[in-house]
Amino acid sequence: MSQARTRRQVYEDGLRRRSLLIAGASTVLVFGAIILLVPMAPGWDKVARSFFNGDVFQRTFPGLVEAFLQNVMIFAWSAPLIAILGLGVALMRDVRSPVLFPLRIFGAAYTDVFRGLPVILTVYLIGFGIPGLGLPRPWNSPYIWGTVALVLTYSAYVAEIFRGGIESVHSSQRAAAQSLGLSDRDTMRYVVLPQAIRRVIPAQMNMLIALQKDVALLSFIGPVEIFRQAGVFKSLLANFTPYVGAALIFLIVTIPATRYADYLMSRQARERS
Amino acid sequence: MKLSLRDVVKEFGPNRVCDGISLDVAQGEMVCLIGASGAGKSTLLRCINLLEPIEDGAIYLDGQDISEPGMDPAPVRRRIGMVFQSYNLFPHMTAAENVMLAPRRVRNMSSDVLAAETRLLFERFGLADRMGHYPDQLSGGQQQRVAIVRALAMKPEVMLFDEITSALDPQLVGEVLDVLRVLKGDGMTMILATHEMNFAREAADKVCFLKDGRVVEEGPPAQVLAAPKEASTQAFLARTLK
Repeated sequence: MSQARTRRQVYEDGLRRRSLLIAGASTVLVFGAIILLVPMAPGWDKVARSFFNGDVFQRTFPGLVEAFLQNVMIFAWSAPLIAILGLGVALMRDVRSPVLFPLRIFGAAYTDVFRGLPVILTVYLIGFGIPGLGLPRPWNSPYIWGTVALVLTYSAYVAEIFRGGIESVHSSQRAAAQSLGLSDRDTMRYVVLPQAIRRVIPAQMNMLIALQKDVALLSFIGPVEIFRQAGVFKSLLANFTPYVGAALIFLIVTIPATRYADYLMSRQARERS
Repeated sequence: MKLSLRDVVKEFGPNRVCDGISLDVAQGEMVCLIGASGAGKSTLLRCINLLEPIEDGAIYLDGQDISEPGMDPAPVRRRIGMVFQSYNLFPHMTAAENVMLAPRRVRNMSSDVLAAETRLLFERFGLADRMGHYPDQLSGGQQQRVAIVRALAMKPEVMLFDEITSALDPQLVGEVLDVLRVLKGDGMTMILATHEMNFAREAADKVCFLKDGRVVEEGPPAQVLAAPKEASTQAFLARTLK
């Protein structure tokens, strides 16, 4: 067996074994230090009781999961709206006809404004401002205007990503389509857009993950989603453990999604090289 | 004349890429444009296909001025097919979808007739077993033949070929040139920008030597390639044929 291995393989195996050993040892050391040292901090007992209270965790977790369904719902109706509006704005900025020039200006101004504002500020302004007009039910619902704020903000980013994708399709593809006599519209629809959308899917995945987290911002204008529910539990039980539970629930959803986006991204990088 | 260029001028900023080019192409004629890189061959082809607007001069197709500023270029482009050096197939479509897109959208053909027509074209150029392949599953020569088929599917009256063998491995050049021979047999009117001097000598009706955006010399290949009159043509050929 060892006869079949070349000198180089023997050498590389040795290297690999050594680096594994070192990595293992240093990991054990670091985690060991954290586990041993953190509880030695003077305030640890208090922190453990108020943030990692098993009893509180058990009592509040089901309620948090239920509240999280609100986040999922708001996310589920916002995401398609964002995709549509984002693509619309991206296409707006690509129109060539002079009659539609105002559309281009609008597209540019729109993305500048909403990318320039902190999300929380947009949520506040729209979420409190518009219902303040005294609209009748159900048009004063914070769900509606919170969704509008999220959709407006995220569409601006999503539009920029789409636009980057559209511009990344080489001009020779447009030339080939036009040389066949395809109209500008058909060139965009059948040749440029399908390629552009495929290229930006990983980047848009990251936007979806960010959106999932930012749904929690709506808690500031009313909807009792998971963050607000955790706050309610905290006040009720005078304990911060519900926040840790909420964080866990977010991570259970976002970590696999982030991994998947990273996988798509690296696969695409490999395909293009 | 099928296609006539009169004093065509094309500028990119301060660069005059076509500096008053005139050229006549008769029905069924194959014209080869030769000359060093940057002489204006590719730009001239792109101007004929209205991919680039021209500054001055005129381009006539069947006597109609197609270079009129402000005209809708799409109907003209349908009559003039173009094949590019880098194939420019649509990577997200199969070979057959590449070919059928424009006829379906522009000629409004029923899908049955179109599918049958497409199959015939693929068979004719030895690509029948490649219809369902994506461009990245095809060799360079196959991709370029699909690109030619794609242009032919629009039933163009004139075909423009922009150095279509320059990106190919030498052993794949032959299969693409064979397609051009078939088209010549069909009586297709063709303009080629090419570096394939042997092919030009064998197949062209007229060879046109371009230098610095001007036509320096034109005539039958036997004259321009074998016995050039102009010193710059001689110098170019001496360098190329070495």
